[in-house]
Amino acid sequence: MLKKIIFQFLALSLIFTYSAQSAESGGMPQLNPEFWISQIFWLVLTFGLLFIILSKFILPKISNNLETRKSQILENIETADKQREETEKKVKEFDKIISDTKVEAKNFFNSERQKVLDDINNKRLSLEKDIEKEIIKAEEEIDQLKKTSQEKVTKIAIETSSDLVKQLIGEDINKSSLSAIVEDLSKKEMEKHNGI
Amino acid sequence: MAANPMYQFNVYRIGPEIKINNIDISFTNASLFMVISSLAILIIFNLGTKRSIIPNKIQLLAELSYSFISKMISDTAGSKAKPYFSFIFSLFMFVLFCNMFGMIPYSFTVTSHIIVTFVLAAFIFIGVTIIGFIKHGLGYLKLFVPSGVPMVLLPLIVVIEIISYLSRPISLSVRLFANMMAGHTMMKVFGGFVVSLGIVGGWLPLGFSVALTGLEILVAFLQAYVFAILTCIYLNDALNLHH
Repeated sequence: MLKKIIFQFLALSLIFTYSAQSAESGGMPQLNPEFWISQIFWLVLTFGLLFIILSKFILPKISNNLETRKSQILENIETADKQREETEKKVKEFDKIISDTKVEAKNFFNSERQKVLDDINNKRLSLEKDIEKEIIKAEEEIDQLKKTSQEKVTKIAIETSSDLVKQLIGEDINKSSLSAIVEDLSKKEMEKHNGI
Repeated sequence: MAANPMYQFNVYRIGPEIKINNIDISFTNASLFMVISSLAILIIFNLGTKRSIIPNKIQLLAELSYSFISKMISDTAGSKAKPYFSFIFSLFMFVLFCNMFGMIPYSFTVTSHIIVTFVLAAFIFIGVTIIGFIKHGLGYLKLFVPSGVPMVLLPLIVVIEIISYLSRPISLSVRLFANMMAGHTMMKVFGGFVVSLGIVGGWLPLGFSVALTGLEILVAFLQAYVFAILTCIYLNDALNLHH
């Protein structure tokens, strides 16, 4: 279908061009040398002027623009690289400072803790010593008190028993025999007391 | 009549007849479009030379075309072709703008005339040959003697090489001229169909016309590119003798 239509059009076109050409006088106006010289003249003139103006004034400017842009871009990239390097250096420095500070802080903390621990230890030791001393002193005192109290108790017992005997019997008895009895009794009591 | 598809290629005088020594150099519609194209190039690229680090749109366009052509030259002809950059740039832009201005309806396509493309191609051919002889002296003739060819075949090869070298300006000019002429003629023919087939049958050729316009814009760019790149290749032959 399409082929048929195209074929028809081509046939029609042939007829049309043929009739049109037969109506006109010439074939191709390109082969008519009437204006050849004029065309050559104007071509040389316009193309020559175009070439001269483009090469002398316009193209150098464009190439200059391109060059400056290229160099500027390179320069910018260079400075950007430099700044990035600097930034990296600064970041490294910053990291180093931070890690140094951390180490320092740790050291400081450790030494302080050690100091405090030592202090606490010292204080505890001295306190313990003091406490021990106090304990020893107290024990000694208790021992002495024990001893003296026994003696005193015996004495008091003897005296009270002698007084009691005196009031009961009405006469004095030999103090030494009394004390022997009391001592004997109290010893038995003490033994009983001490769980022997 | 306007129905003739070749009518659009007619050259006619604009303004008075100018004659120097009996030679007619009158200002014609072809001259008008050469001037318009050149002025457009100059205006656009002059606007693109503002010195700013971040380019605006026109500056970006100018700089992109600059680097596009600069890359094309260094890819095909190497670093030795740097001095010819402005010429190839002007050539590419001139052909491109002439082709593109030709795409505007009722305008004139300068490059659809064989004489224009032939003068450009002949200038390139002569220039390249002169450059070759200046750079290599008579050694440039070695271009016609490829290395590694058996002695028996050499006479034939040399003749073929010379013919192919001499036909360069013809192939270069005819390629551009024929592409432009054929494309514009075809568009005119299909445009004529739209009118003659009317509202009932005219839609299909109208679609073709639209598609052809896109194709022709592509061809306009492509032919300018091909013209410039072939110039680079010829220049490469002259600058770096491989044979």
